[in-house]
Amino acid sequence: MEFAELIKTPRADNVVLHRPFHPAVEGTLCLTGHHLIFSSRRRDNAEELWLLHSNIDSIEKRFVGSLGTIVIKCKDLRIIQLDIPGMEECLNIASSIEALSTLDSVTLMYPFFYRPMFEVLEDGWSSFLLEQEFEHLSSMTNEWRLSCVNKDFSVCPSYPPVVIVPKSIDDEALRKVALFRYGGRFPVLSYYHKKNGMAMLRSSQPLTGTNGRRCKEDEKLINATLRSGRRGFVIDTRPLNVAQQARAKGGGFEQEVHYPQWRRIHKYIERFHILQESFIKLVEACNDQSHNMDRWLSKLEASNWLTHIKELLTAACLAAQCIDREGASVLVHGSEGTDSTLQVTSLAQIILDPRCRTIRGFEALVVREWLQAGHPFQQRCAQSAYSNSKQKWEAPVFLLFLECVWQIHRQFPCSFEFNEHFLILLFEHAYASQFGTFLGNNESERAKLKLPQKTMSLWSWVNRPEELSRFQNPIYEANSLVIWPSVAPQSLQLWEGIFLRWNRPSRFLEEAEEERINIIKYNKELQAKVNVLRRQLAEMETDGEVQEEE
Amino acid sequence: SHAVFLLQVENVKLLDRYASRKAASGTLYLTATHLIYVDASAEVRKETWILHHHISSVEKLPLTTAGYPLLIHCKNFHVAHFVIGQERDCHEVFTSLLKLSQPVKPEELYAFSYNPKMSKESREMGWKLIDLKLDYQRMGIPNDSWEITDINKDYEVCSTYPPEIVVPRAATKAVVMGSSRFRSRGRIPVLSYLYKENNAALCRCSQPLAGFSARCLEDEQMLQAIREANPGCPFMYVVDTRPKLNAMANRAAGKGYENEDNYENIRFKFIGIENIHVMRSSLQKLLEVCEMKSPSMSDFLTGLENSGWLRHIKAVMDAGVFLAKAVREERASVLVHCSDGWDRTAQVCSLASLLLDPFYRTFKGFMVLIEKEWIAMGHKFSHRCGHLDGDPKEVSPVFTQFVECVWQLMQQFPCSFEFSERFLLEIHDHVYSCQFGNFLGTCHREREELRIFEKTHSLWPFLLQRKQELRNPLYRGFTAYKELQPNTLPFSFQFWCGMYNRFDKGMHPKQSVLEQLLSCLSHSVSLEDSAAQLEN
Repeated sequence: MEFAELIKTPRADNVVLHRPFHPAVEGTLCLTGHHLIFSSRRRDNAEELWLLHSNIDSIEKRFVGSLGTIVIKCKDLRIIQLDIPGMEECLNIASSIEALSTLDSVTLMYPFFYRPMFEVLEDGWSSFLLEQEFEHLSSMTNEWRLSCVNKDFSVCPSYPPVVIVPKSIDDEALRKVALFRYGGRFPVLSYYHKKNGMAMLRSSQPLTGTNGRRCKEDEKLINATLRSGRRGFVIDTRPLNVAQQARAKGGGFEQEVHYPQWRRIHKYIERFHILQESFIKLVEACNDQSHNMDRWLSKLEASNWLTHIKELLTAACLAAQCIDREGASVLVHGSEGTDSTLQVTSLAQIILDPRCRTIRGFEALVVREWLQAGHPFQQRCAQSAYSNSKQKWEAPVFLLFLECVWQIHRQFPCSFEFNEHFLILLFEHAYASQFGTFLGNNESERAKLKLPQKTMSLWSWVNRPEELSRFQNPIYEANSLVIWPSVAPQSLQLWEGIFLRWNRPSRFLEEAEEERINIIKYNKELQAKVNVLRRQLAEMETDGEVQEEE
Repeated sequence: SHAVFLLQVENVKLLDRYASRKAASGTLYLTATHLIYVDASAEVRKETWILHHHISSVEKLPLTTAGYPLLIHCKNFHVAHFVIGQERDCHEVFTSLLKLSQPVKPEELYAFSYNPKMSKESREMGWKLIDLKLDYQRMGIPNDSWEITDINKDYEVCSTYPPEIVVPRAATKAVVMGSSRFRSRGRIPVLSYLYKENNAALCRCSQPLAGFSARCLEDEQMLQAIREANPGCPFMYVVDTRPKLNAMANRAAGKGYENEDNYENIRFKFIGIENIHVMRSSLQKLLEVCEMKSPSMSDFLTGLENSGWLRHIKAVMDAGVFLAKAVREERASVLVHCSDGWDRTAQVCSLASLLLDPFYRTFKGFMVLIEKEWIAMGHKFSHRCGHLDGDPKEVSPVFTQFVECVWQLMQQFPCSFEFSERFLLEIHDHVYSCQFGNFLGTCHREREELRIFEKTHSLWPFLLQRKQELRNPLYRGFTAYKELQPNTLPFSFQFWCGMYNRFDKGMHPKQSVLEQLLSCLSHSVSLEDSAAQLEN
């Protein structure tokens, strides 16, 4: 397909762009296959706006006489308005944008066309291989092995080709366990707690059905992670009744009789359309500037967004507590094991593992626990808070995870190597990107699309020193401790960086950040200067001594 | 160490409201000024000090298996839950605290016994640290239009105003005296702040005794003089900060508000800030929310909404923004009042000044602002803070709200204040502590009668000494920001956990950016020294 067919009016002049907190600008609008480009004609202060069509969540048009207005709502939650003279031009442009922003073929997406203008120092597609993770694990314990049972994605289509499992469980057993778990997602290692050797596993629900089917290999697999005489915890992210109802559809949960060494805890985490509705309601509330205080607070409450945040953090703390405080191994799952399960396991690692609080480590976590673990990004992030099409698979699962990280970051501002912008960057790229990283729903799809060959990885770009510097937290001090966040409502805040980002002036907050950076920078420069001076002085003194000796 | 213990009780537990950790166990002491609890179970000796003046209520709760609970609520939002082994001990602590926390006579207040071992000279110097005349000078007063007059030196104009006030030069003594008879408690229009750039003035007073039809020529002349002192604008605003209904109800009592027909070229406007009773009950509700045991997010947000607290904060802020805008953008002088002109009027005038003038965002300037708009102009700290055993209906968190508005501004403009949140909390503590003379009594005249300038210390030099720990490391200096134009959409206001849940440490960020930056700055200073030494 030629994009040109979709672009009836590639260019319009005398277009006026309106954005909150910016004066309106007049300029030229151009449409290309993947971008909407607006450039102001003002010579003194040329301004350009490049917007990926895939970033456009919804578009509305209206007319006053022959002046058309298009309101574009983006997946990053920004809203812009374009006044376009000429009814035909406006209609053409609107329909082109509509078509270009809803292409259904992945291979037409921008990442397949994007040609980077930077030198690739390190190919991000191979920056985070599970083999490296396993090497790190092997330095601590020899109880685990790498299994290639899924190398052709036949055992579990949503798992990566290699996974880490208990050493004592062979591939044959894994195949059997896969048949006993929803979608073939047998329990695999998510995290190993070096401090006490406890493990966190994740999987999908067991297929016990109504007649209580069991699978000896499944029991053996998860029991292999227990110390003799110790118990483990199964954290089921569904409420008990939902787990019970799941049996009627062939699903189920680990029953005490067959898993006597495991204690099951149901810690409910909301999913799918409930989350999406909550997201839509919150964004609506944030964008409506006519609210008085009472209405705002009641809308904020009714959106339930912060409730989800609190519940999610509570579940993650619970998992971390079982491992660190109780000294028990943990298995986490919900139904499919691709959403709430990953939220819990990845957040627990943020709490437990200082490595995950570094930039590299956090990237590795996102790759391991989200991308390779088969979180269906393409489905979940197909639309954001402005979409009218209510597909049941869209949900801000990853955004909730990022926000929870932000909440922990706010409570431990010195313990993270990255800053808030890094989290916002990941949010943006999960929804619309020039990079192929978040395309596809799992590793199998990514392999079929040949993403590593045909697209650029986000990590190739972001890990270049000049980019990285923008995402570094100036007050970071490596902290090897477990960090326990408070989940009291008073301790949790709305993530302004996402939800109020376009609704308030940012100048004063940016200046504060500059100030923080400068204070630290000045301190480091001074320290370096003093060190040099001390060395020089020491040298002069030894020189002096030598001379005296002579 | 030299403290004399009035009472000592062993085997007392201090419960932690949130942590599941086991309760501390130790000894409770009462001195003449403090309740001191020493935790014997901790590895490191841990002390909790509570000033008697900070205690707002002491309650005996029903007996539990652990013993006799005693719940103490403090004015700085500290809540301490003790459990005492013996009933007799519990009762003794209870009755002692009731007595100690509610002094009857002003002489019993801490400030009169507080002795920081300071020379008489430095004590006196301390009281001279803040000189309001210098602030008027900064505004260019006296000038052609405004003068500082001692017409109130014998408190004949107004018993709750200071001896020296700033009025338009054009207002004769007859006009001043006449106006004072037409204003509630004689609180005539006086200058609060002059915006030098355009001569627009912020003035304040109490409500007129207008009833349904009364007029006062001198009062009308007074307003005319204020308006004419600003020739750049043909009109002036008269802002009544009360809700319209309240103001109308006052008319029946012979008070009320200005009739636009009687005053030349005024634009009259109501700004609905609620009265002290509404604010007191709103805070009460807010604190109940803050004290809930493991509330859900919905419980908390619903409770926050129902308390109305942030709605009131926003109302005060909106009013301050309106005044600042009128002065700056419309170049109009503004006369503000509420009923008596010492609560809401103080809030909005000080807030508007803070928005208009970066000086008030410095340590010294903020002290001046509080001395000028609150202390000198007769905000009744003693009644509003319940310093002495008195009418509980007079207590209201008017000053707390002002402090919170400043904090909300700090959130939006992190580099524009010389001081940090800690400075605000410190001042807030001392408004209630009665340790220093500044906030005692209700007005200047009363403070003279109490002889606080001879017998007590001023707070300000003590705070200035601690500038290093109270400063804002992000401050960009005096000239970086002129006027502040805050966003007052509801989402710009945050719940101030650092104030209302200040003593629930578990809820706060576990690492402090402020702390980190301050230590980095002080490290830089010592590095600068070393560098200079090494270079020599």
